[in-house]
Amino acid sequence: MNAPSQFPRFSRRAILKGGALIVGFSLGGLHIEAFGQRLPSAPRVLDPKEVDAFLAVNADGTVTIFSGKVDLGQGLRISFRQIVAEELGVAIDKINLIEGDTALTPNQGRTSGSNGIQRGGMQLRQAAATARNALFLLAAQKLNVKPDEINLENGAMSPRAGGKGLTFADLVGGKRFDLKLDPKTPLKDPAYYTIVGKSLPRPDVPAKCTGKHVYIHDFSVPGMLHARVIRPPAIGAKLESVDESSVKDIAGVKVVRIKDFLAVVANEEWTAVRAARALKAQWSAWEGLPAQDKLIEALRSDPSITDQVLVTKGAPVASPPQDAKTLKASFFWPMQSHASLGPSCAVAYVREDSAAIWTASQGTHGNQETFARFLGLLKERVRLIYFEGSGCYGMNGHEDAAADAAIISRAVKRPVRVQWSREDELGWDPKGPPQLIDIAGTVGADGSIVDWQTQMWIPQTTKGLPSIPLLGPNAAGLDNVVGLNTGLISQNGDPPYGAEHVQVVVHWLKNAPLRPAPLRSPGKPANCFAVESFFDEMAAVIGADPVEMRLRGLKDPRGVELIKRVAAMMKWQTRPSPGPNKTAAIARGRGISYVHYKHDETYVAMGMEVVMERSSGRLKVERVFCAHDCGQIINPDGVRAQVEGCILQTISRVLMEEVKFDRSRVSSVDWASYPILRFSDAPKIEIDLIDRPTMPPLGAGEAACAAVGAAIANAIYDASGARVRTVPFTPERVKAALGGQSS
Amino acid sequence: MPSYNIKVNGLTRTVESLDPSQPLLYVLRGFGLTATKFGCGLGQCGACTVLVDRKAVRSCLLPISGVKGKSVTTLEGLSTTGKPHPLQAAFIKEQVPQCGYCTSGMIMSAAALLTEKRKPTESEVRSALDGNLCRCGTHVRVVRAVLAASGQGA
Repeated sequence: MNAPSQFPRFSRRAILKGGALIVGFSLGGLHIEAFGQRLPSAPRVLDPKEVDAFLAVNADGTVTIFSGKVDLGQGLRISFRQIVAEELGVAIDKINLIEGDTALTPNQGRTSGSNGIQRGGMQLRQAAATARNALFLLAAQKLNVKPDEINLENGAMSPRAGGKGLTFADLVGGKRFDLKLDPKTPLKDPAYYTIVGKSLPRPDVPAKCTGKHVYIHDFSVPGMLHARVIRPPAIGAKLESVDESSVKDIAGVKVVRIKDFLAVVANEEWTAVRAARALKAQWSAWEGLPAQDKLIEALRSDPSITDQVLVTKGAPVASPPQDAKTLKASFFWPMQSHASLGPSCAVAYVREDSAAIWTASQGTHGNQETFARFLGLLKERVRLIYFEGSGCYGMNGHEDAAADAAIISRAVKRPVRVQWSREDELGWDPKGPPQLIDIAGTVGADGSIVDWQTQMWIPQTTKGLPSIPLLGPNAAGLDNVVGLNTGLISQNGDPPYGAEHVQVVVHWLKNAPLRPAPLRSPGKPANCFAVESFFDEMAAVIGADPVEMRLRGLKDPRGVELIKRVAAMMKWQTRPSPGPNKTAAIARGRGISYVHYKHDETYVAMGMEVVMERSSGRLKVERVFCAHDCGQIINPDGVRAQVEGCILQTISRVLMEEVKFDRSRVSSVDWASYPILRFSDAPKIEIDLIDRPTMPPLGAGEAACAAVGAAIANAIYDASGARVRTVPFTPERVKAALGGQSS
Repeated sequence: MPSYNIKVNGLTRTVESLDPSQPLLYVLRGFGLTATKFGCGLGQCGACTVLVDRKAVRSCLLPISGVKGKSVTTLEGLSTTGKPHPLQAAFIKEQVPQCGYCTSGMIMSAAALLTEKRKPTESEVRSALDGNLCRCGTHVRVVRAVLAASGQGA
């Protein structure tokens, strides 16, 4: 390695006290007490202000990362290793990773908001940098040289002048650092990176391809029973009676009933499934849901609304130019399911004074409080342990299944595994909330935005919830969290292109028709769909080219570069939309959209080419072009996989997905009534990743989702002159739009 | 208790089940062969796909009584060489899975396709896998891996 010494010069002092070596040094006035105690069977340090919370050097020289953020298949297992290996100076194959265990890992918040790397990874980087500098100091003292006379290579520190060296294991193997995370510790210069920025393979992939990966669905503990929960036929129904004789012919079944919570338990999984199907129960009637075909009106006229002005920029223009055009439009994004491929599953073992919950939750730490509350246990006595489940994109039924398992385990005093059915998952997983968005605006003939006003009707997140309300505790009458969580769904409601006057008003709704939860890129796919579609409508009304008008309004050079790159990738021809063949029976069109995620994170420009059949309204996205700038890239192939996933999953959401419900319950409860993207629908995708090694890394798991809807809608308009403003873009809706109806 | 002999990954196994309609999926998972996943129980998603006499079958719907005397292959038994099967190797090389819950079914469906047709076209791959759902959005990589495993593509 030719990298210069990774140790910056500090003034320092070393003292020996009480048999334990303690090194302290001052850095810009910040004093740090540093390590040396043996680590016996002492409890783990979990305070995220401490290096020990994140990292341990083991006696054998391996390093363990303790991460409160978890890998759901998005690649954190390799990216975190890359970050730590690079910053600490050890080989990547020496690093183990423990994820999302409330007894072992620090609380870094939910794995959500696409912040695994940009927040969680950066905490790890700072912990590793702090540890590395302390190791330099300790090695210098022991080797009797200056820190900057030491070479570090793969956990081995040796005097540059030659002679015997020391390893990390020699220095701190099996011991604690006892060191505060120092936010000012200088980080390694990215110019010398050898590990970060490489497409190293994800460590879980071989096991996932050979069947050895243990999902929560495959996990078992001795003495474990299998259970199934019987959900009511209507969301608010009460359990009136249970006919246990209906399962008497199925041997070895126990019925568990706690108020309105009903479950069956058996030794064998299939027995539990059969019993759940056979068990006869009487439920009360309930028809509390709004009529689906009146949902938009219901949102608009909800009596609970409180208004909030989210954005105000500039001042209203008193007299717009004479040639300015004013337009307005209304957009709607429906409720959608996480639609996880595997129904939620969990294992729990609840004892008198403690509980162990094995769960695929993206927020084990946050749920510790929730579970302690409904189990009536001390928080410290409830341990949630993350196990990977079927892909979740926010908050599917994993936490509910875990609560189910915990409630049943407590009742039967044995470890219990619960897996939901397909019907449970699509019917009862918390849903991405509905979003109604009106935009009105005025555009000058030169393409400048004179006025822009966005209004949103969306459910409001309750502040400070540790989790969402869970189904099991609710049915069983146990202490439950009360409130809503939708994620940050009001962001990106204003255009990134500059305007004389912008206002975004949100009409907050106290309730949501179905229990909501954050769903991948919460709210932004809808908001950006509306904003980027409306911007295209403005371009069309003045006869401007959509790319040119965006470049005209956009000042941020990172955004400008992306739009230019996408235009080049798709050989964009400068002309206004719609294109010349808009009446063709088979029409083709191209559309573009641009997002600066949350206005301060990842940049995405997206181009799409669609083909549509005029007679049927059927639509196919043929090609996708994406330019993506998420700052410093830790693992390019990992980012690429995430962007592909964002694009394909959101095309699915935009073209196909809407939760259907009657007045009692969700009715789209299988893959026929809730279809998702198939191989025949999957387009070709070209992705251009821009790496900015000297900039902070930003999230890649969500941003591209936000750009998908408008790119498709704009391509439909380009192909046909029809503007689709309601998701999903079903053939019926496209046909209606072609016929000139508002859709 | 009625019992059924089936061959699973080359080994003859005896299954005892009181319920002849018990789906093969639960039997396999009961053997500890957990690569095969429950996705819907409706034959709609493909997560539970295994090979029965070399044909791709949805194990969530196939009653154990219907497998009597037949030969079942799961992802765990796809390779008989001790090294990953060419499809597994290609899925690993292309870094296909994200959550990976659909991967087993994808590979088994692809294996059945490659048994029928050594060098399928891209369109044939898409068509053969159209009944296998993926929620993470790995479709592009799956197609690339299957083509690579059949000695085609980059």
